[in-house]
Amino acid sequence: MIDYINAITLLANYIIVPSLAYGSQLALGALGITMVYAVLRFSNFAHGEIMSFGTMISIFIVWLFQSIGISINPLPTALLALPFSITATIILLLILDKTVFRYYQKQRVQPVTFMIVSVGVMFFLAGFIRFLIGTSKKNFDDGERFIVKASQFKQMTGLAEGLSVRTSQSITVIVTILLVIFIFWFLNKTRTGKSMRAFSDNEDLALLSGINPERVIIITWILVGVLASVAGTLYGLDKGYKPFVYLQLVLPIFAAAIVGGVGNPIGAVAGGYIIAFSEAFITFAYKRFLTYLLPKEWAPEGLVQILSTEYKFAVSFVLLVIVLLVRPTGLFRGKTL
Amino acid sequence: MTFFEGKNMYAGYGATMILNGCSISVDKGKISVIVGPNGAGKSTAMKALFGMLPLSRGSITFEGKDIVHLRPEQRVMLGMAYVPQTSNVFPSMTVLENLEMGGFIRVDDLSSTIADIFDLFPILKTKQGQVAGELSGGQRQQVAVARALMTQPKILMLDEPTAGVSPIVMDELFDRIIDIAKMGVAIVMVEQNAKQALQIADSGFVLVQGENKFTDTGSSLLGNSEVRKAFLGG
Repeated sequence: MIDYINAITLLANYIIVPSLAYGSQLALGALGITMVYAVLRFSNFAHGEIMSFGTMISIFIVWLFQSIGISINPLPTALLALPFSITATIILLLILDKTVFRYYQKQRVQPVTFMIVSVGVMFFLAGFIRFLIGTSKKNFDDGERFIVKASQFKQMTGLAEGLSVRTSQSITVIVTILLVIFIFWFLNKTRTGKSMRAFSDNEDLALLSGINPERVIIITWILVGVLASVAGTLYGLDKGYKPFVYLQLVLPIFAAAIVGGVGNPIGAVAGGYIIAFSEAFITFAYKRFLTYLLPKEWAPEGLVQILSTEYKFAVSFVLLVIVLLVRPTGLFRGKTL
Repeated sequence: MTFFEGKNMYAGYGATMILNGCSISVDKGKISVIVGPNGAGKSTAMKALFGMLPLSRGSITFEGKDIVHLRPEQRVMLGMAYVPQTSNVFPSMTVLENLEMGGFIRVDDLSSTIADIFDLFPILKTKQGQVAGELSGGQRQQVAVARALMTQPKILMLDEPTAGVSPIVMDELFDRIIDIAKMGVAIVMVEQNAKQALQIADSGFVLVQGENKFTDTGSSLLGNSEVRKAFLGG
């Protein structure tokens, strides 16, 4: 019996808790990408860099607060910095919209052209961010680091396996739940949110109904700014901030959005968790897990790992390809690309 | 004075002229029907009347005012409503949300208008929580007309409201359109089912190559042997 509990604790410690946090970060990222796709009708490859920009601002503000002695111990100062980074990211997006995206919007260019434009914006932002903050890794998670420490957990329960829950992980999950609830409430219950969905559904009819496209686009960018800066800051808080990582992060985020059904907010959230959990389950070494469950003689000698962790991104790509082949609209029926 | 009139309209796409001096008019509470062969410019005439296609010549007046320079949204504000032939609902939104979006420009309470519309289309009341994209063709057309009615328009323009629905549903839609006209709304519609449409029309416009070939009351067009032979199948 104790073996089963140990096995479950092991899974919780190495898969469930970290994947819930990582999945939340992907979900928020995918929600941003899906909203741009639904309203502005293009795949925004710059999204990862927008998240990176938001995180960078958070770090600057955290440094500023630390230097003048403002903190909300035991919580990380980054939470206090969020409103500032959200504002800065929104301003950046509105500037990008005015100077770059709006021009192509007016020309009604092909989605592919628009996508390439977003790649250009991505490279520009990537350079801009490295110029300001450098390329090295920055940790900015101050405050109490653990809610439950592995050693404490072992002591409390007497189990052989420990379970650790980091503050950043629980903050990530809580903030994600609150933000997702807010976004869904906004899209489904408010007049403005409904007008965004209407615009996404049928642009011409939305115009005939007197819905102002300018307003819809600006509100979309504002929501995207909130989602991107929160997602980026939470990811950086959890795993440390390195500009290069955010370039790679676009891939699982896109996979999440497409697996869930691009353009569909529920799909984006579900897709985030699906990608995070599959990555963890496929790259996990099951040796200890099986040792607990199987009779002693059957205990595996190898690591029993399906793919090594370096292939993490391959998992999201394989899932992406399978979904595109079997169900191109995604699990929750988004728009076909 | 005519309530709403497009006079001597010329319009087209690029260098190709589709409308060559066609005139359409309608009065309060009356039904005008535009019929004609394929490619005669019926839908184009509707788009031109609604400002979705610029006129190169001609005039459009509404309650005596020239509205030719107004954009479609501005015409909606004035009291015009348009139901496109296809993609005329918000497919992923519920019937009720479709109606709310139809009344988007109104800042007052929509509930009494919604109640009136549910009286007119009882089926929509029972389906109000359902997603419009999952409704049958006829029900979807009712949502489309209902959405346009949400602004309480003085003119309702319908582009082939009965396209792709069964004859029974078609009769019912025509009955509803007559009901709407009786409430004092002017109706301009394009119809493929010319015979049935002319039966309920106060005036009919037979377009051929973007020009008015015949313009008369619905019943006299039906009685006109030339029109019958050429356009109504004898």
